[in-house]
Amino acid sequence: MSAPTIVTDRMTRYPSDSHTLERYLDTGGYQALPKALGMAPEAVTGEVKAANLRGRGGAGFPCGLKWSFLAPAKPAYVVVNGDESEPGTFKDRQLMERDPHQMLEGTIITSYANGANHAFIYIRGEYPRSARRVQQAVEDAYAAGYLGSDILGSGYDLEVTVHLGAGAYICGEETGLLNSLEGRRGEPRLKPPYYPAAKGLYMQPTIVNNVETLANIPWIVENGGDAFAAIGPDGSRGTRLFSISGHVRRPGNYELVMGLTWRELIYEVAGGIPGDRALKCWIPGGASAPWFVPDDHLDLPVTLDDTAKAGSMLGSGAVVIMDETTCTLQAAERLVRFFAHESCGQCTPCREGCSWLERILRRIEEGSGREVDVDMLLDISDNISPGLAWPPRMTTICPLGPSAVSPILAITSYFKDELMAHIHQGGCPYG
Amino acid sequence: MVEIRSPSARRGWSESTRARASEIIKQYPEPRSAVMPLLYLAMAEEGYLTDNGMREVSAAVGLTPAQVRAVASFYTMYKRENTGRYLISCCTSISCMLLGSDEVLSAIEDESDVTAGETDAEGLISVEHVECIGACGGAPAVTVNYELIEGMTSDKARELVRWLRTARPEAIVGAECQELFGGRRSFDWGPFDRDSALGPYPAFGPLGTVSGPAGNQDG
Repeated sequence: MSAPTIVTDRMTRYPSDSHTLERYLDTGGYQALPKALGMAPEAVTGEVKAANLRGRGGAGFPCGLKWSFLAPAKPAYVVVNGDESEPGTFKDRQLMERDPHQMLEGTIITSYANGANHAFIYIRGEYPRSARRVQQAVEDAYAAGYLGSDILGSGYDLEVTVHLGAGAYICGEETGLLNSLEGRRGEPRLKPPYYPAAKGLYMQPTIVNNVETLANIPWIVENGGDAFAAIGPDGSRGTRLFSISGHVRRPGNYELVMGLTWRELIYEVAGGIPGDRALKCWIPGGASAPWFVPDDHLDLPVTLDDTAKAGSMLGSGAVVIMDETTCTLQAAERLVRFFAHESCGQCTPCREGCSWLERILRRIEEGSGREVDVDMLLDISDNISPGLAWPPRMTTICPLGPSAVSPILAITSYFKDELMAHIHQGGCPYG
Repeated sequence: MVEIRSPSARRGWSESTRARASEIIKQYPEPRSAVMPLLYLAMAEEGYLTDNGMREVSAAVGLTPAQVRAVASFYTMYKRENTGRYLISCCTSISCMLLGSDEVLSAIEDESDVTAGETDAEGLISVEHVECIGACGGAPAVTVNYELIEGMTSDKARELVRWLRTARPEAIVGAECQELFGGRRSFDWGPFDRDSALGPYPAFGPLGTVSGPAGNQDG
């Protein structure tokens, strides 16, 4: 039996024009919308709850539950998080460029279910092709009567605005995104009280959902929540897009039913490592996630819960593979540099801590490391993420700071020998 | 051949730019939300974000120039210094690094004689290293005026720089650059997309920062 595909089905079968309205309509598109408009909004939310669809942006929060938290005040808003920026992740770009109507139909249904009459699609500034194709889809949907006033004669009205970001990872954090959409610096807000479902965009009730999450909604409405919940293991229902990159023969986005092992994902799905070199480690869920190593994790099932139990996360679905030729110190430096660069600067442990970590790693890499630097890395990490626990205990408003600690933990545990070799040899043993 | 624009020669937005700004503001429940698109509009007007541009944005949305500057300074894509007609951004984040992005960046810097973070004397080419641009399946990757080229090599990067210097295209067509200089992509992009970028800001229709025939996605 071939594995079911939900969100990549159309683009796989019709690669030349899967992004057009004509092809979308030809392949059953905009059939879920009239069905949803004929249901009570609560019934739509009920199907999504029954599906047990968990958010595909990073946190994995149950989507239907999120919707049911929406406060009753009006107006309410729906915001699509297309600010995909977690290093290693490129799945939402494919969904926006190759099947924008699928995500848009999901957005319209979500807006209806949550009583919103204005939705915003926030796309990262570095994705102009995604923005152009989504904008074209929005314009075509207006012209065809799927957007605007009295959609399909239902009496329901919805406006959609496509908004471009401008190069700030932190705007992928939902409250940072909302500040950005309000025309402010993209600094995350404190939760509580600023849970978007209660006080979101313009302090009104707001649903923020990831692109891939919304791309699943039309299928769920058409086929029913129970059909979705019948796919995949408990707690990881449906399919999921994995962005696989790094040292593999076949990098790319793969829509998979969860529950396979990491060994299968790396060696079968992604074709293994070029030159049959040995696997050294991998990041299972985007740059923020604690690393996995072959001895401990290769035969674990790829599910949200098994990954969490093993001390990491599936996060954004980005899997970065590193082979035996990788200098893990250099990899850690590159990841920590990212968080230092992207820290919004509000919280001292993150603002100061991430750049301290970066400078120490660079010093070790350049051959001026001292043994005391190892303790200093861990001490700074402990200030950002007390107790170095997973999931992190926070001294910051958002999880960006603690994310920088993940690579530090990897190089001070699994790869301590390599770290010490840098310090003792006065430089990188990989040259 | 493109002419290098002189930002200092311009004062105040044209009527057509003001009209476009009003259209953008109408898309949002509150005018302040239009700050980000209007900052791009200001860049398109003068080639980069000047004090004058930020003043225009503040007047359009009813904020102070300082409030607008506070927003602009938060985001890396708002260039507040003179930026080349062609902005080459080289990703050096984790997946690109694993597949040789540092060599690609060195090749770009060497061939262009522009260090990352700088612009050449003529104002033609700016080079920068950037964090992950979501092209990890086609690593290493670069963008020119935010139009993506995946599957880059050091040699192809040198060719790209030489081509920009000699051909001096009016606008950057991403799909064309990919064909000329790129390799393995993260995924099939679909049909050739003729939309093109006019300067060092993203090419997006509602901002008027895109060149190419309307409805041209099937070209």
